[in-house]
Amino acid sequence: MLTLADLGVLRDVREDDGRVTVTITPTYSGCPAMDEMRADLVDQLTAAGYADVEVRTVLHPAWTTDWISEDGLRKLADHGIAPPQRIGPRAVGPVPLNLEPPSRRVPCPRCGSARTTELSRFGSTACKALRRCEDCREPFEQIKEL
Amino acid sequence: MDNAYDGLTDAGEEKHWAFGTGFTAALAGVGRDIPAVDRDSLTAYCLMLGDDALVYSQRLAEWCSRAPELEEDVALANIALDLLGQARLLLSRAAEVEDAGRDEDALAYLRDERQFRNVRLVELDCGPGPGGDFGTTIARLLVFSTWRLAVFQRLVSSADPVLAAVAAKGVKELAYHRDHAAQWVLRLAGGTEYSRERIVAGLDKVWAFTEELFATHPIEAELDGVAVDPAAARAEFDQVIDTVLSAASLERPQTTQVAALAGQAGRDGIHTEAMGYLLAELQHIARSMPGAVW
Repeated sequence: MLTLADLGVLRDVREDDGRVTVTITPTYSGCPAMDEMRADLVDQLTAAGYADVEVRTVLHPAWTTDWISEDGLRKLADHGIAPPQRIGPRAVGPVPLNLEPPSRRVPCPRCGSARTTELSRFGSTACKALRRCEDCREPFEQIKEL
Repeated sequence: MDNAYDGLTDAGEEKHWAFGTGFTAALAGVGRDIPAVDRDSLTAYCLMLGDDALVYSQRLAEWCSRAPELEEDVALANIALDLLGQARLLLSRAAEVEDAGRDEDALAYLRDERQFRNVRLVELDCGPGPGGDFGTTIARLLVFSTWRLAVFQRLVSSADPVLAAVAAKGVKELAYHRDHAAQWVLRLAGGTEYSRERIVAGLDKVWAFTEELFATHPIEAELDGVAVDPAAARAEFDQVIDTVLSAASLERPQTTQVAALAGQAGRDGIHTEAMGYLLAELQHIARSMPGAVW
């Protein structure tokens, strides 16, 4: 199971006199799953016997795909979703313009072929791009580096 | 849950499918000190940036299922969603600083045209209906995202911690939007004679609203250290646009700028005739069925 901790969305959990405070951060500003995540966290903690649960959201520092754990990357690939590359801290100064399709090779998570092409920079959710494998011909999703 | 569809049948439980069943405030739990500046001005500034995103996301969403290809339906809808997310955070912040009992919904749905502070560029009808086309839509996306990215890069160091955090997040999203638009400009300009004509016409049309983007508003000038002076983003904007145009072998448009009205424009609530129609569609349900949930 891919967890919120694997995704780096879970930032902190504290227990203080029976009160649990969970801190999460959105992947994208408009991530439509945030309310669902909050509800699931409250549900799971309530089921585990914690009656007093608070879920806090932090915007800063902004989430990056570099926070996805090694386990998380592996689990994404296991589910047929190409994981993001590590990008490191962003350079200071203006964000460089990119006029070319991404140059990095994204191996097909199904057959492992390196011959894949980008169909769309934007996939079924904001965090994913859509690609296709030229060998097994299957489309697949890729978590974009952010 | 084993079956994803089980979640859809839990009609009695509001926590599933939360949309329209009472949003959690977008800033829930975010640490948020308010800097020592005039509250009315800070509210107005949050509305400026929030309204740009809200109105433009409405325009982009109109393309969903109408774009030239399926992938582009998805791309424009995704960009709209990013901007809607930014709008929710910024309108929530405006509501919080204003502290007058309004929330993000009241600000989005219950303000009238003259109270919206978005730049006029975002309200123009660029299609998919008879008012415009895909070329104009891509031209506006390039201009808007290049400008907003340059502004947000500076907003990251705002003395308002919420604005700074929204900007830091937004920068990453806007970089994707800008690159997407830029790559489409190359594709249209280097495609057929017809596609080239359309992107040239699109750039001409939206260019008329670019001066307004860089005009320093008195509120921006007053909120020194909190707000970004858009004039400071001009050089970076010009450089990026020139790089794209040069790669596409296009000239920079020379369109006459649409003037402000007695010195007032979008930031002061003075809008084009497209704005009323846009708001009618955006606000209709919320106003005709106050408090409705589904």
